[in-house]
Amino acid sequence: MSELAEKIEIIRRLKETILSMEGFSTGPDSRLLDFGLGPMNAAFPGGAFPVGAIHELISPTEACAAAATGFLSGLLSVLMKKEGICLWVSAERKLFAPGLKFLGVEPHRIIFIGVKREKEALWVMEQGLKCNSLAAVVAEIRDISFAESRRLQLAVETSKVTGFLHRQHPRIENTLACVSRWKIRPLASRTGELPGVGFPCLEVELVKIRNGRPGVWQFEWKNGTFNLITERSRITVKLPELQKQRHYA
Amino acid sequence: MPKRYLYIWFRYLGTDRLSKIRPELRGKPFLLYTPEHGRMVVKASSQSLAKDGISPGMVVADVRAIFPSVDVFEYDRDAEERLLNDLAEWCLRYSPVVATDPPDGLILDISGCPHLWGGELSYLQSITARLCKGGYDVCTAIADTIGTAWAIAHYQKNEMIIDPGKQAEALLALPPAALRLDSSTLQRLKKLGFRQIGQFIGIPRLNLRRRFGEAMLIRLDQALGTAREFLKPIQPARVYQERLPCLEPIRTATGIEIALKRLLETLCERFFKEGKGMRTGIFKGYRIDGETVQISIGTNRASRNAAHLFKLFELKIPEIKPALGIELFTLEATLVEDVSETQEALWGTTNLGQTAISELVDNIAGKIGIQAVHRYLPQEHYWPESSVQEVSSLEEQPETEWRTDRPRPIHLLPKPAPVEVMAVLPDHPPMHFRYKDEIIRIVRADGPERIEQEWWLQSGPPRDYYRVEDESGARYWLFRLGFYGNPKPQWFLHGYFV
Repeated sequence: MSELAEKIEIIRRLKETILSMEGFSTGPDSRLLDFGLGPMNAAFPGGAFPVGAIHELISPTEACAAAATGFLSGLLSVLMKKEGICLWVSAERKLFAPGLKFLGVEPHRIIFIGVKREKEALWVMEQGLKCNSLAAVVAEIRDISFAESRRLQLAVETSKVTGFLHRQHPRIENTLACVSRWKIRPLASRTGELPGVGFPCLEVELVKIRNGRPGVWQFEWKNGTFNLITERSRITVKLPELQKQRHYA
Repeated sequence: MPKRYLYIWFRYLGTDRLSKIRPELRGKPFLLYTPEHGRMVVKASSQSLAKDGISPGMVVADVRAIFPSVDVFEYDRDAEERLLNDLAEWCLRYSPVVATDPPDGLILDISGCPHLWGGELSYLQSITARLCKGGYDVCTAIADTIGTAWAIAHYQKNEMIIDPGKQAEALLALPPAALRLDSSTLQRLKKLGFRQIGQFIGIPRLNLRRRFGEAMLIRLDQALGTAREFLKPIQPARVYQERLPCLEPIRTATGIEIALKRLLETLCERFFKEGKGMRTGIFKGYRIDGETVQISIGTNRASRNAAHLFKLFELKIPEIKPALGIELFTLEATLVEDVSETQEALWGTTNLGQTAISELVDNIAGKIGIQAVHRYLPQEHYWPESSVQEVSSLEEQPETEWRTDRPRPIHLLPKPAPVEVMAVLPDHPPMHFRYKDEIIRIVRADGPERIEQEWWLQSGPPRDYYRVEDESGARYWLFRLGFYGNPKPQWFLHGYFV
């Protein structure tokens, strides 16, 4: 019996070693952060939302972009923990600062960088990711190549800063060196028989996750945290695609 | 740039000092004496005594014979010197270059200063008024040369400002003593009947030199501006500048980097000693073909971190064109500020984090421009466009809370986009609207929230805002501008909710 326990322990340690070699931070601090995602944590490698990595969010429409901004703001509110500072890089000014407060983010703790060209945005994001005093870096970039994303990944591996790459209307959904790919869609709010608009509801689709399990979840933002509505495992992903993903990762 | 000098003569410096210390003496006849060859000799007399003809050099016993009630005090030379120095330091607010002219004068190099006070006249009036208020009797003059300013201050009472280039005319009517000559020369001039400068200014220099010596010619030239006179400022301008001459001309980027590093190290060492930091700096290279090349940087907070400053400069090194080579490098901090060791907590992060973040922002601002960096603070306005304020400083804290009592979108269109709507009743949310050739059916709606124009800032119809949700779940912020009636109100899409 003790032999079996020993083996389980060895396997667990090996898994952790592999994860850390693949660029995941599995420090004790990453488990302390509770993003309120609940059962969704099972989809992530190591059972915790990967911090110190770059997440890619793809929004095909304006409404999806607002939903994605909302979702990542919800994550930011935990990452910033009321005192962190975040860098937000964008080419156009769409974000309305008072709206962030509804998602638990103090808008004046964010330093906005308005860039003129996407190349500048990439440079700023890389500089930001290298600065480990920041809680997170958000960049709104439309198109980015695999090589460019790998540069960003290398920056976070040393600094352990969490990056979010928000791509709105990308020309192609090319493979990137990011740890995950998300698609957020707005959902009709649940008001039952009552009139009016309810709490914001989102459909969160984890399209790709390195060493994790993709899936679709539905959340409601209520009382300053995410609340799970339903969970659906993603079975539509075909095996070859998964293998290809592993190859690039 | 043509030089301008201001001379301030404190006519009764010693007695003014004493009557400031002892207010009861003000307006009374009293004098200062010093023992000389066993006699009490007058060194300075108060204003009222001076008007009665009591001048320095008289014996106190003689004065007592004329004015039995006169008060006498011992002359304190050191205190007077200190006072003159203090006055010179006080004058630094008017010009960075101030020199003392013992025993009772101040010389200010005012080139390029008076326009800040609105011209030379108001500049002069401002200084005289403040000195008079402080209890000093002063005579002042502004001229192109120190010599002329001295002469006018001492011997010309009605004219105080000599226009540029007019010093020769101004001197003509003055006595020879106005040229600051020694007493033997003055006596000789008097003996020969020269009572005004104009009487001998035209005599050939050769003759003047033979009779009165070289010293007189120098004084004359200094007054006219043909010979230079040097000031010894009480406080030399503290320039934060480092120089690095090179043995061989530098042509490579690596060489420039090494030079820059070395200059930064010495400058930052000095900053550490003095508790200062650089806000703006210029790095210059003097090329052997006579040209200079330069790059400049700015920081958000005063910095004395050589590595960080180097990083800021490094981005601009490619702009330096060394051509045939650079033989001298200089680094100057043009704006220097104090660095306080215990800076107030910036947003509650650690001091280390603050420095790292402000250095990061400096880096970004250096590359893409400071206008790219901004933060948002809440403003007490209901009108959505003016409810946030854009600030560029990192330290500024919000004065009011961010409001959450009314729904606000996460994305706001920079300009409200006009939409076509179909509404059943006035004051009802629309049933559907058309935006970018797409018909969006509305399922749920909240509102209206009426936001009136702030009439003290702008005028116009109010907006009625609705938060609406379509079939797919997308949430929009729509508003109707104005009331139903004639003309029909216009509808706009203004933002997206989460």
